[in-house]
Amino acid sequence: MSAELDKAFARAKARGEGALVAYAMAGDPDLPRSVDVFAAMVEGGADVLEIGVAFSDPIADGPVIQAASERALKAGATLRRVLDEVVPEVRRRCPETPLVIMTYVNVVMAMGEERYAKLARERGIVGTILPDLPPEESAGIRAAFDKEGVDLVPLCAPTTPPARAEAIARDARGFVYCVSVAGVTGMRAELPPDLSQRLDLVKRAASVPVVAGFGISNAETARPLVAHADGVVVGSALVKAAHADGPAAAKQLCADIKRGLKR
Amino acid sequence: MTTDTAVGRFGRYGGRYVPETLVPALLELEEAYAKAQKDASFGEEVTRVLREYVGRPTTLTPAHRLTEAWGGAQVWLKREDLAHTGAHKINNTVGQVLLARRMGKKRIIAETGAGQHGVATATACALFGLPCEVFMGALDVERQALNVFRMRALGAVVRPVESGSRTLKDAMNEAMRVWVSQVQDTYYVIGSAAGPHPYPTIVRDFQSVIGREIRAQTLATIGRLPDAIIACVGGGSNAIGALHPFIPDTAVRLVGVEAAGHGLESGQHGASLTLGTEGVLHGSRSLVLQDEHGQIQEAHSISAGLDYPGVGPELAHLAKTGRMEVRTATDDDALAAFYEVARTEGILPALETSHAFAAARSLARDMGKGKHLVINCSGRGDKDVATISARGVPPATGVKS
Ligand SMILES: Cc1ncc(COP(=O)(O)O)c(C=O)c1O
Repeated sequence: MSAELDKAFARAKARGEGALVAYAMAGDPDLPRSVDVFAAMVEGGADVLEIGVAFSDPIADGPVIQAASERALKAGATLRRVLDEVVPEVRRRCPETPLVIMTYVNVVMAMGEERYAKLARERGIVGTILPDLPPEESAGIRAAFDKEGVDLVPLCAPTTPPARAEAIARDARGFVYCVSVAGVTGMRAELPPDLSQRLDLVKRAASVPVVAGFGISNAETARPLVAHADGVVVGSALVKAAHADGPAAAKQLCADIKRGLKR
Repeated sequence: MTTDTAVGRFGRYGGRYVPETLVPALLELEEAYAKAQKDASFGEEVTRVLREYVGRPTTLTPAHRLTEAWGGAQVWLKREDLAHTGAHKINNTVGQVLLARRMGKKRIIAETGAGQHGVATATACALFGLPCEVFMGALDVERQALNVFRMRALGAVVRPVESGSRTLKDAMNEAMRVWVSQVQDTYYVIGSAAGPHPYPTIVRDFQSVIGREIRAQTLATIGRLPDAIIACVGGGSNAIGALHPFIPDTAVRLVGVEAAGHGLESGQHGASLTLGTEGVLHGSRSLVLQDEHGQIQEAHSISAGLDYPGVGPELAHLAKTGRMEVRTATDDDALAAFYEVARTEGILPALETSHAFAAARSLARDMGKGKHLVINCSGRGDKDVATISARGVPPATGVKS
């Protein structure tokens, strides 16, 4: 696993906090201004940045991120431009923060998985999340990423049976992304009651940190999870805040969620 | 020739590229389908419903006047337009809805482009008493008013999809998103031989009744297999259904016809076998229309059923290995063929089917006399009359005004 990710989770733990993995869409509203959003989220306390690369057909995303993808594509965000123009700039402004790309498998395949892994590592990306690439299909891509030291972060779902969840956790790179709800990305008023048990199970099997994501939008939804996970991912709520009120709003929301992550 | 090289794979194509949330449901479906296949009573029930309700076998009609007009091979029409609801789509929905019922699913969702698959799903749901929701691109809702009415009349809820290009691919995205949220009790009836494994196999198997009948019917009427079979290709379900049973018969030419829209060079078409590149769309690896950055491009066809930037993985494999020949027909070619078939055979074919007719003319001529060509008449054209008549109807033939 990437030493950078390791350190970031350890730093949060040492401060007695769950880690905040903060997602925003590269290129929303345009490439330079999305850099401001990422930097603001780190100022607000984000421990890891998840840089969304838009795909035209985002089947794992709810309306907020779908709309952000459409805006980013209109602004000309391609994987290549995100790696060339967004990632190095975010890296420069937030040198301590590990950067992870989240996109769909077709976008990476179009660039070529080896070419992507190499470029990503050169630009300072430590991990990649592909929500439409289940373990059965991931061997080839994972080997290409492993070669460059880019972690292919696996996902685990509420519908994943226990034995399969354990296998995913045991075999994970970077961290395990536990999807909290059966559904697409987006804010939820409530998270399922059995989420904590599932997180405990995955945590027992995993040798890397475990985070919960999907549906978490504020300090209240984050708070009960810190006893069971090493951190949380927040996406739609941040994308929505940044779209409505700019980087400062995303920073504010990160700070609020970080308060909820105090142990 | 065998097409399966691994579970759920057709050569390089196929697979299961979906969110982890859906994987257990696809595994459950795979297992349920394997069990159903081993259970003779399931196959018998499907066959009985197809016979008693759908009107199978559909006839194989000799097209005497087209044969004469084209001056080449003897032309036969496999009449899927005569199946209940007016297209081949019902073969698949009857099978899948029976499978869903066997699995104890409580509700059905589906996506639709032209509306034929939506109507066929709504029909099977009405027949077997299951609630049904159909996702349909908002643009297609406007283009296919008749089918929207039919789905509603049959008790289905039609959900217009406003995202993306507001057509079939977006309806499929939305159906997948909704399925992810309700996967425990919901069955998703995919309408073409596309999507994640095991759908391409399930849909192909249910549609293969078309090819099996063509085989029996040609053996009975001409005493041998046909020399060629031609079908239109959107996602590819009518094509794979008509062609699959003939894959081992290498003397039989298999031909697929894609939508060339405004022309292949215009960039506005649905020709993913001809101009697509390898990629992942809607859960399987196949040939897709995409830009160099992996963004899926909007397809175009006058016919909503061919307006799709992907194609089923098995057809991609058959095309790449050369077992299936791929041809294209433009919007204008399809319209001309529509009137030609209407006026020489008294059949109004669907605009999708009209593409197959448009390409069949030169194929029949190339083949020459003494050969037999079967055209898969995938559906009837009632749903398309608004689109077609809006362009003006050519004057009557052979009548003095
Ligand atoms: C009559 C008819 N033919 C063909 C098609 C294209 O689908 P497929 O390529 O799956 O056969 C459709 C789709 O709506 C249709 O309605």
